[in-house]
Amino acid sequence: MSQPFRTEHGGRVDRALSLPFKFDGESFTAFEGDTLASALLANGVHLVGRSFKYHRPRGILTAGSEEPNALVGVCKNDDQTPNLRATQVEVYDGLEAISQNRFPSLGFDVGAVNDLLSPLLPAGFYYKTFMWPRAFWERVYEPAIRAAAGLGRPPKTPDKDRYANIYAHCDVLIVGSGPAGIAAALTASQTGAKVILCDEQAQFGGSLLTDTTASIEGKLPADWADEMTDALQSKDNVTLLRRTTAFGYFAHNFIALCERVTDHLADPDPSLPRERLWQVRAKEVVLATGSIERPLVFPENDRPGIMMAEAGRTYLNRYGVKPGHKVLIAAACDTAWQAAFDLSDAGVEVVAITDVRPDAPAALRAIAEARGLRVETGCTITGTRGRRRISHAFLGRITGTHSVSYAGEISCDALLMSAGWTPNISLYSQSRGKAVWDETLNAFIPGKHSQKERSAGACRGLYGLSEVLTDGYAAGEEAARAATGKSATVVYARAVGGDAGSGSFMGTLPHDRNASRVKAFLDYQNDVTAKDVHLAVREGMHSIEHIKRYTTTGMATDQGRLSNLNALAIASRTLERPLTDVGLTTFRQPYTPTTFGTFAGPARGALFEPLRKTPSHQWAIDNEAVFEDVGQWKRARYFPKAGEDMRAAVARECKTVRDKVGLFDASTLGKIEIVGPDAAEFLERMYTNPWKKLEAGRCRYGLMLNDAGFIIDDGVVGRIAENRFHVTTTTGGAAHVFATMEDYLQTEWPDLDVWATSTTEQYAVAAVQGPLARQVIAPFVQGIDLSPDAFPHMSVASGMFCGVPCRLFRISFTGEVGFEINVPRHHGKMVWETLAHETGKLGGCLYGTEAMHVLRAEKGYIIVGQETDGTITPNDLGMTWAIGKKKPDFVGKRGLLRPDLTAKGRKQLVGLFTEDPAVVLEEGAQLTNDASPATGTSADGHVTSSYFSPALGRSIALALIKDGHERKGQRLYAPMPEGAVAVEVTSPVFLDAKGERLNG
Amino acid sequence: MLLVYCPYCEVERPEIEFTCHGEAHVARPSDPSSQTDEQWVQYLYLRQNTKGLYAERWRHTHGCGRFFNAIRDTVSDKFIKTYKAGEAKPDLQALERKLSV
Repeated sequence: MSQPFRTEHGGRVDRALSLPFKFDGESFTAFEGDTLASALLANGVHLVGRSFKYHRPRGILTAGSEEPNALVGVCKNDDQTPNLRATQVEVYDGLEAISQNRFPSLGFDVGAVNDLLSPLLPAGFYYKTFMWPRAFWERVYEPAIRAAAGLGRPPKTPDKDRYANIYAHCDVLIVGSGPAGIAAALTASQTGAKVILCDEQAQFGGSLLTDTTASIEGKLPADWADEMTDALQSKDNVTLLRRTTAFGYFAHNFIALCERVTDHLADPDPSLPRERLWQVRAKEVVLATGSIERPLVFPENDRPGIMMAEAGRTYLNRYGVKPGHKVLIAAACDTAWQAAFDLSDAGVEVVAITDVRPDAPAALRAIAEARGLRVETGCTITGTRGRRRISHAFLGRITGTHSVSYAGEISCDALLMSAGWTPNISLYSQSRGKAVWDETLNAFIPGKHSQKERSAGACRGLYGLSEVLTDGYAAGEEAARAATGKSATVVYARAVGGDAGSGSFMGTLPHDRNASRVKAFLDYQNDVTAKDVHLAVREGMHSIEHIKRYTTTGMATDQGRLSNLNALAIASRTLERPLTDVGLTTFRQPYTPTTFGTFAGPARGALFEPLRKTPSHQWAIDNEAVFEDVGQWKRARYFPKAGEDMRAAVARECKTVRDKVGLFDASTLGKIEIVGPDAAEFLERMYTNPWKKLEAGRCRYGLMLNDAGFIIDDGVVGRIAENRFHVTTTTGGAAHVFATMEDYLQTEWPDLDVWATSTTEQYAVAAVQGPLARQVIAPFVQGIDLSPDAFPHMSVASGMFCGVPCRLFRISFTGEVGFEINVPRHHGKMVWETLAHETGKLGGCLYGTEAMHVLRAEKGYIIVGQETDGTITPNDLGMTWAIGKKKPDFVGKRGLLRPDLTAKGRKQLVGLFTEDPAVVLEEGAQLTNDASPATGTSADGHVTSSYFSPALGRSIALALIKDGHERKGQRLYAPMPEGAVAVEVTSPVFLDAKGERLNG
Repeated sequence: MLLVYCPYCEVERPEIEFTCHGEAHVARPSDPSSQTDEQWVQYLYLRQNTKGLYAERWRHTHGCGRFFNAIRDTVSDKFIKTYKAGEAKPDLQALERKLSV
């Protein structure tokens, strides 16, 4: 074993279980229970990464999820997961981790030249430097910056892991398992309330696992935590979630938790998901999220070997790892002294305790003296030295607010610092609570509650172990009572020691160095220094929201949990305004970075969204159809024969329909049954067209507008009986049309006696179109006279088809004789196969959506959503014939009279012929008067549909152009990258303008 | 995710079962053709968009399908009450006063 910084004994690691692991290819050993951070430190590795902007060497700063520096990639499944915090990665047998943002190696990184160039890279340098020439941004600056700055590389292969999702309900959710969280769980669970206790760490206990000097009920805090955890575990009404981060606090006490299920295992059970998203609805929430230690802002405070005092104490007491052999303590508060005492007791040389306060409490001085420790009060750190790890620190005697005198250099291999504690109010802030400033604590703490939550312990500024425990017990009891109305008696455990202590510092420390040459870091991960905040203020950023965005302080993955207060203090001092005036930024979800996998859960690939299939789906697959997605529907686009590409297949399908007959699956069209004494009156109001005089057995094409006057849907409506209509809608508009009808029925016209029922899924619809259409269906129809006189275009009748009930429509979306056969969906397959066989016998063919589009465009039939875009009126499309002019009102009638809708200059539907008949325009192409219009010229319109028409033997297009109805014969241009295409404006009906083919 | 109480089903259900349809108690004029352009624009487009208590239309789309109205605090996202379509709009100022006590 070669772990030179491992203690002889102690800590919660299992020394009997040695785990080999690799970091940047080098082999090390760790013990069961280690994090990657503690294992690296045990092996004397402090340099673990390069910083974001300046590529400065960085070490492990903390022992928790707020870690800004030690971001690593973990290799697994032939790929790597980037940006994991080494402080959270648990070591398993064979773990392979890599450092990030370094080239060619962590020890020698060419990007470090940025550090020397840093005078050229001040805050906001992007905005200032890379503005000119503009074209360089995309091609030169951005790629170069992206290559140089940044964190880990994204994984290269699709995520092979599985993610799960679970919904949970509880009476009390407790976030955080430190003393307050455990105490709250004990009282809440005692009442019988359903309790969930979660903690982002692998073990419950939080700060209890670090403190070896205090005692609870005469036991070591960690032992008490273990006992209480076991007691909670044994209760049926308690769910304990380890490695589970409460990352989002949403409205109505909806909290999202991410449980990391297998990341810590070398060889996980393949039936387990990697991560599990818990969506918890809690009646009451107890936030016991603790507090986070604040760094001291002194020059070169980012050198590897410098870490937070409590982190050092955690590594020592919890993991049995010495942060160094010669440790310097830089304190502004009492708690950091405890780290010195623990280290000294563990046999580590503590070279000195410096404290920025002019005086330190006598009790602490006495303990230090008893251990023979050097103490320097009124003393700060003015700089550090050391290449890959701190080797020396400079001391400075504080002689005034801004004056310091040199007080010598001190040799050390680790520096533990603490400026005091910041209550962790992230989740409270996410719950929409407004934090308030507490003068005595020097901290923002939770104020008014917006939701049913309460904070307990250090996250509301209580630091002493006794107080925290009591607060936790009370919070759990209160929460359970509020949730269930029950209470229970619990004997509160008593703690000795673990006092809160005093002392706190915010902002930059004074030093005797050249202020323009030194860097004192505020936000480590984003490489933001105190100077950057000064600069931002000088350049006019006076609100913390502006300062944050300009400097990026607080925008790293810890959301400023380490840096916010220091940044605020610097801004407030520079601005000479009270800190509360500068403001506090809002913490947002997610609390810590959360994988996309967690959010996606099982909703990937085929499970991403529901798939809707028509009854002919399998038949189409068997006949080698090429499909397209239409909303959630899969529709056959065309049916290629051997050797055919799409154009050839579509041309053949179109020609066959025009010459003989084609079969098309129209089942996806929306269908709504409108029934009741007022059915005709209701349609009269919903559609532009008149309905009252439509006879039973007849159909009419209907246009639906919104009240603004714009087209939102269309479709054929058949009157089945006096009080019964069969309404069809577009495939994509079905749900919306139905909702709109319900809306008007329920809220505007509740007096109408009408029922609307969606029947889209109830019918299978086969469209048979072409001169031979009647011949195809005739053998199978019973009870309907199909002769042209008895059953002309726009008829509907009920009868039997292949022995099953059907509604037969004689309608056409091709301009040919056409029938649409509606049968109960479960007979759809049989009917389809029968028709396909019969169609083939007569020399007809199957056709898909692409041919359908071409056939309807040849006839100038619009498609809502293609020829319309939510700003198009019936008049724009030349469809005023569809408006019932005598009707007193319909939805959209008043809207159509708005001045802008009747003004000149509206875009109107026209046809286009390209000068070269072989050229097919791009749909969406803009149309202009000039072949090469000057930059900034507005287009006169755009192409909405464009195809090669087999019937015309040339390309055709539909377009919306300004005053198009008056521009027949005019020449326009579609400017394209390869040159303008000349077009001539024509009628939008390209074939059989009189509609004679419909009547065969 | 919000929890919404459907006054028809008389149950509280998660937001995904519902759709919100904007401000409530904006009645469509019974004779739109009598409306001036200004009046019509007011009806079509202009809404209160209050910060605080707001009367909204909701539909239990994936439940009973009924439209109902709700008083929601747009700051806290709390539902103060939900009530059936056709019922009178509560006095929001009085509600606000009651809540602030």
